Amino acid sequence: MKALLLRDIRLAVRAGGGFGLGLAFFLIVVVLVPFGVGPQSELLSRIAAGILWIGALLACLVSLDRIFALDWEDGSLDLLATAPLPMEAVAAIKGLAHWVTTGLPLVLAAPVLGVLLSLPAQGYGPLVLSLLLGTPGLSMIGAFGAALTVGLRRGGLLLSLLVLPLYVPTLIFGAEMARRGVDGQDYTTPMLMLAGITCGTIALLPFASAAVLRVNLR
Amino acid sequence: MASLWEYANPKKFIDTTDKVLPWVSVLAVLCLATGLIWGFFFTPDDFRQGSTVKIIYLHVPSALMAINAWIMMLLASLIWVVRRHHVSALAARAAAPVGVVMTVIALATGAIWGQPMWGTWWAWDPRLTSFLILFLFYLGYIALWEAIENDDTAADLTSILCIVGSVFALLSRYAVLFWNQGLHQGASLSLDKEENVADVFYFPLLVCIAGFVFLFIALVFLRTQTEIRARRMRALLARDRMEA
Repeated sequence: MKALLLRDIRLAVRAGGGFGLGLAFFLIVVVLVPFGVGPQSELLSRIAAGILWIGALLACLVSLDRIFALDWEDGSLDLLATAPLPMEAVAAIKGLAHWVTTGLPLVLAAPVLGVLLSLPAQGYGPLVLSLLLGTPGLSMIGAFGAALTVGLRRGGLLLSLLVLPLYVPTLIFGAEMARRGVDGQDYTTPMLMLAGITCGTIALLPFASAAVLRVNLR
Repeated sequence: MASLWEYANPKKFIDTTDKVLPWVSVLAVLCLATGLIWGFFFTPDDFRQGSTVKIIYLHVPSALMAINAWIMMLLASLIWVVRRHHVSALAARAAAPVGVVMTVIALATGAIWGQPMWGTWWAWDPRLTSFLILFLFYLGYIALWEAIENDDTAADLTSILCIVGSVFALLSRYAVLFWNQGLHQGASLSLDKEENVADVFYFPLLVCIAGFVFLFIALVFLRTQTEIRARRMRALLARDRMEA
């Protein structure tokens, strides 16, 4: 399992993979917003938490199809299926690798981009915490979506259509937690809900992803 | 003893539904005609809402069926995953476009009613938002069916999507309740008599709901039959090509 995780991370970082892509996309989304809504810092600071969440979500989305696509094309997914490692573990590890290479950098970059959107000072802690809690869930849901569309030639757009409705609860609670943090309110309830959703996806979705992968490999 | 699973045989399913279909269709037309005419012309205007209240006869039944269609798809998907009856998978496939149309009717009639009553076509109210999300789920489900060529793979993948999606749809339902306060009124129908709409509106509404249920059953039967026949035709064509 560790070997597979390290292999996936190494592949993503090296071969011109999606490592920088998600981060660059995040940067672009955040930079474009002030051009769209205007540079007034009061307005920006009010919507900053939501924009950062949507940016992180979209950045997560653009790199999803890479989770299984390359392994599917060169046949290593078939090898993994015959390996002693259960398919559920493969799906979970793939999701984890996606989080390490995409979600974690997003979490680390978010405070820097928060400066661009004049995020109020008390909002940084809750924002980073909410992304830290939420992005693993996004990766696991994304791995499920990627597993569904892995056999399709042009799965990218369909993948977004399938995954976006599944992202709604995470986005609602994550953005709500960050927004309450910015307003200086108590954010325990959305934080617990967000953590609960993420834990649930980590615990259950690998089984669904594995079932889907088995069907696709049949 | 005759078991329910006998209808998993496509031939038996087609034979039975052929017999039932005319009756269900006639019932649907009768109920809808009675309910709508009764509702539109023979019930009084509401003292606050005026005649706009009458959109309830389309709005409530279609919203109800939009949700029930998804539940039916979930059940059919579970049956496919557990027992692998092809009719079940095809029924789920057949129900999805009907469900999406019901969702659109509910959203559209709601918007038409909301403009004079709430003063807005759309509000990010929990119920409205959940329906929009349900609409997206339907679209994703249908798109996945269309995208995959192999029938069995498509049935497997969509049924798993339907099961996972149901969990998330339920989660979204409660998430949006948390996210925004509602503008939408409470349930028009419930077992709690106090909450119900007045009897004058209640009985035609029940007839309309029955009409929508029969309409849904008729459409799903018809579409499932079509799917079965289309698949049989493809198999025959494939056999022809093999022999040629």
